[in-house]
Amino acid sequence: MVLELAKPRPIWQIMFSTHHTDIGLLYLITSLAFLFLGGSLALAIRIELFLPNVEGAGQLIADSMTFNRIFTVHGTTLIFLFIIPFASAVGNYFVPIMVRYKDMAYPKLNAIAFWMIPPAAALVWLGFADFTWYAQPPYSIISAPGPAADMWIFGLKILGVSSVLGAINFVITILKCKHPDMSIGQVPLLAWSFLVTSVIIIVAIPTFAAALLMLLTDRLGVSGFFNPAMGGDPIAYSHLFWFTFHPEVYVLVLPAIGMMYEIIPRFSRKPIYSYNSGVFAFVMLALVAFSSWGHHMFATGMSFTEKTVFMVGTLAAVPASAMHVFNFIATMWNGRIKFATPMMWAVGGIALFFAAGAGGVVNSAMPLDFSTHDSYWVVGHFHLFVMGTIAFASIGFVYYMFPYVTGRMYNETAGKIHFFLSFVGTILVFFTQHVLGLYGMPRRIYDYPPIPEWIAMNQIASVGAMIIGVSMAIFLVNIIYSSSKGKLADIHDPFGLGGKYYYPFEAKNPHH
Amino acid sequence: MSGHSNWPEWIYVAVVIALMAWVGAEAWNAERIIEHIPEGAEVIKVTGQQWFWTFEYEDGTKTIGDLYVEVGKAYKFEIRSKDVIHSFNIHDYVVLMDAVPGRVNTVWFAPDAVGEHDIQCREYCGLIHYNMRGTLHVEEPST
Ligand code: HEM
Ligand SMILES: [Cu+2]
Ligand SMILES: [Cu+2]
Repeated sequence: MVLELAKPRPIWQIMFSTHHTDIGLLYLITSLAFLFLGGSLALAIRIELFLPNVEGAGQLIADSMTFNRIFTVHGTTLIFLFIIPFASAVGNYFVPIMVRYKDMAYPKLNAIAFWMIPPAAALVWLGFADFTWYAQPPYSIISAPGPAADMWIFGLKILGVSSVLGAINFVITILKCKHPDMSIGQVPLLAWSFLVTSVIIIVAIPTFAAALLMLLTDRLGVSGFFNPAMGGDPIAYSHLFWFTFHPEVYVLVLPAIGMMYEIIPRFSRKPIYSYNSGVFAFVMLALVAFSSWGHHMFATGMSFTEKTVFMVGTLAAVPASAMHVFNFIATMWNGRIKFATPMMWAVGGIALFFAAGAGGVVNSAMPLDFSTHDSYWVVGHFHLFVMGTIAFASIGFVYYMFPYVTGRMYNETAGKIHFFLSFVGTILVFFTQHVLGLYGMPRRIYDYPPIPEWIAMNQIASVGAMIIGVSMAIFLVNIIYSSSKGKLADIHDPFGLGGKYYYPFEAKNPHH
Repeated sequence: MSGHSNWPEWIYVAVVIALMAWVGAEAWNAERIIEHIPEGAEVIKVTGQQWFWTFEYEDGTKTIGDLYVEVGKAYKFEIRSKDVIHSFNIHDYVVLMDAVPGRVNTVWFAPDAVGEHDIQCREYCGLIHYNMRGTLHVEEPST
């Protein structure tokens, strides 16, 4: 057994290990650390926006440059250093067990992929760039101060390679290393989500990798791909960027859906309503993920025809997303549901997923997008996914893995309070931001004119963010305290649900 | 995997597809009508640069920050940028179009009431992006 804290081991044994549960643990700790770091930046942003800066009031952050750097690093951190490494943590723990193999296909590659993250994170955090998470040229070429911008570019480059290496490993592990008695149609849906996600990564990331290099040489002045002063076209960058990053949003969300597929049936004590439609919807999403990148660019001067094509491509993703929601609800229907903490997070996440998707449809309908684009509506939209859906599923999964990882139980009451506060906070922040967008407030602004509606909505959002902040503090205390002082878990059925868990019990650590 | 029939899910999927088809068709039709620029619209050249807007009217006069138009007339904006990408936005009239260096983007509107409205930049453009604001003045026709 690989019970980390019940049987302490020297830290270097874990750090130099290539065993999948050890790498999983490294990913887990790293990603949670960045959840808290990135989250603190969000609190700073929300405090700054609580009031407009009239005569010195409402100034937490002294100048707009610092503010711009903060939201840039906030976004970069939570997407690339929390969501993606967290998914890798879950994949490392669970995928080999689910396909009944002793480890990942390439254990050393697995360790390398993880160890690329700390230097990349250091580049991003020490640089503290200001050009937003999409580094749009020509701003990023002619205006963004170095070396922050260059450090960000190198950091992202490394993270991209790390993610591709991880993806190759997952694809091979699932397709080539699964037990010979097991058909692909028996691979659990959580592992399916990693298969599909990894394929998307391998197809999508190289485009952005190329764009990053071009951006770097443009910054150095030796090329002018995206620099209009040298005959280049900044919109070309937008295409390359979104060709990677619209599919990437599915890279972020599909593992979260996979985690829900693990939690929902287990805590409903019923098999999944339809395994086949889960697989079908995953594969569909991977395909249509590539047909909609242009919906981020409706206002760049696209022709009517282009906009129509991308709108249709975007709407095509909706039925498959909706199938997952149906599957979850049908599974819970008539189930003997146990609302333990992981289940509450999963169900809350599904509700917010639905709300987020509904808002997305509004964005994709082209005339409406001209109201919402680059306003706070968009911020609300994608946070309902990244926070409401992905972070919710991930945090639920932290609670779900907790007894396995530490051998102890977390405090259930604190877990539930954490959920309720976060759920209320998330609604207060991100539903309100949709409304703010309709009132016309642009995103990425350090200060705003004292328009009464804007002030009111910003204050509600900031209070919501504080509530989330408090809930996350409870979370932090709970996991730290319980991992050493919590009551010992019945590791074979910590939640008293019956049935077999996919915990990696049998996984033997070669270093033992 | 279960052998039970799955018709409720198929009905549900069909409903979602129908809904999306309807949203798409409505949006397509609305956008088609909106994008049709009326004949004889007056051209105003809008230039964005860090961090203000310049407006040049057909008679050659220029204003900075304040845009003057007359109620009941149609205007076509030709939007340019001198440095980085900005986005020209009059939210009250749903006018939103990026100002991209090296390109000219067009969008039109016809103000229907006398009044003042905010103009702002909606694409991140650096230090003073948050205050790249202006005012639209819709006035009585001069004749
Ligand atoms: C039901 C499916 C979805 C639809 C119809 C949809 C639609 C859209 C549209 C049209 C935009 C562009 C809005 C604008 O900038 O004007 C957008 C932005 C965005 N969406 Fe979605 N979306 C969907 C799912 C997702 C998912 C699953 C995620 C993430 C996990 C996501 C993350 C984002 C992000 C990050 C942005 C904004 C990026 C930025 O400008 O910084 N979306 N979405
Ligand atoms: Cu997208
Ligand atoms: Cu701007």
